[in-house]
Amino acid sequence: MSHNAFITETDIAGDDSGVLDGRTVAVKDNISTEGVRTTCGSEMLSDYVPPYDATVVSRLKDAGATVVGKANMDEFGMGTTTETSAFGPVTNPVDDDRVPGGSSGGSAAAVAAGDADLALGSDTGGSIRCPAAYCGVVGIKPTYGLVSRYGLVAYANSLEQIGPIANTVEDAAELLSVIAGPDENDATTREEGADADYAAAATGDVEGLTIGVPTQLVGGRERAGDDPAEGGETRAGADEAVVEVFEDALDAYRDAGAEVVEVSLPSVEYAVAAYYVIAMSEASSNLARFDGVRYGTSGGYDGNWNESFAAAREEGFGDEVKRRVLLGTYALSAGYHDKYYKQAQEARAWVKQDFDEAFETVDMLASPTMPMLPPELGESLDDPLQMYLADANTVPVNLANLPAISVPAGESDGLPVGLQLVGPAFGEETIIRAGSLLA
Amino acid sequence: MSEPAVDAEEVRHVADLARVSLSDDEVDAFAEQFSEVLDYFEALEDVPEVESEPDLVNVMRADEVEESLSQEAALANADESEDGFFKGPRVS
Repeated sequence: MSHNAFITETDIAGDDSGVLDGRTVAVKDNISTEGVRTTCGSEMLSDYVPPYDATVVSRLKDAGATVVGKANMDEFGMGTTTETSAFGPVTNPVDDDRVPGGSSGGSAAAVAAGDADLALGSDTGGSIRCPAAYCGVVGIKPTYGLVSRYGLVAYANSLEQIGPIANTVEDAAELLSVIAGPDENDATTREEGADADYAAAATGDVEGLTIGVPTQLVGGRERAGDDPAEGGETRAGADEAVVEVFEDALDAYRDAGAEVVEVSLPSVEYAVAAYYVIAMSEASSNLARFDGVRYGTSGGYDGNWNESFAAAREEGFGDEVKRRVLLGTYALSAGYHDKYYKQAQEARAWVKQDFDEAFETVDMLASPTMPMLPPELGESLDDPLQMYLADANTVPVNLANLPAISVPAGESDGLPVGLQLVGPAFGEETIIRAGSLLA
Repeated sequence: MSEPAVDAEEVRHVADLARVSLSDDEVDAFAEQFSEVLDYFEALEDVPEVESEPDLVNVMRADEVEESLSQEAALANADESEDGFFKGPRVS
């Protein structure tokens, strides 16, 4: 299959005939498939075969879908370009020299290339929405708690959700209906989503809806640094090429009867920092289990267990994973916990509050999904901080536990631009309804 | 370049806590990168205190005995096992 989108090709047929009968699905390789290798894009788990199916996989099978492959991904979900995979990068089907986005790059590329009708990805800080935007397809990150995480190998368990990727909003919504709903095996799931019919909401009817555009996430045509009064060297808003396509898409919404207003979310200036502190801290805890004893690359039996575990993890983890595990350990360590982790939680509460207040006056929020066009392969690897800043528009949504969809809004120089719609908690119908105007 | 927020010694200390071996090159590279990233995190100091009332529900219930993984399945991915036990490196 093309673009290195799959780590393992499979032919797992569905058990029963259901709404997904005849449909092919790519499943991100951090989602457990019984008897089928699940690597998380890592050397550490290159031989790991789960003894059970993730809940979402069981639901796929029950609905009659065929799983055609385990999709390539940034290692353990850590990345924005699918270049940190131990199994080689994925290329963007729209332009072979460019990245497909990450960390669910394989999932999005498989759908965009026609190698699968549908795909499942996971989104901790934008990992479904970013590749959907860069590959010109649709991706939904559900409200935290709508979809079971049982069987998802955890990266940051207070932030992540499994979600659908498809060519149309209706298809993505249909897949969402199949996987959503409470699960006994995941105590963070909620009653919402049981017997849902999200596809029915894909009407494209936005008459009378109000869309808020957070000024901090668009930035307009000026870049910080041109205007000293603007302040803030690190946030420049979105690139001009992206903003142009975004503004045109907003016109489509106005023409269809929606009202578009500006809103201000001052807390999102701190969202990237808060996100990374929390995500890295949780990662350091969630990845502590990879010591080579019960599964994973073994560190051998020569030294004591500290030496052996350290060797296993040195060998099994790539650079980005090591970076995040170490930074997370640092942020939680004695003397630094209050300064970093506690402050990040305060920022998270502030972000949640900002979104709640915004939804008192608007039905949904809109922004470009990513602040730039898809980068070239290799371009983003030298400067970790620069890469983290690319997530500025997506991470606030994970911090606030809200649902968001990325839909293809148009192209600039032949490269896809995604528009992100954010809804209130469990407001998937609203963003599906509005998103389906464009796809 | 200003004094890095994190030096090689601190990187080694954290690597020790996290049980990850690092080469000298990795230690140096990380010291530089961590300083840059932690510098960026400093902005969190300015975050105001927010009063929030989290929506918490008690989901506790009494234990229920159910079927679980077989011992065979649980040991299947282990590098080494013996008599139904996971076999690991010695403790000290």
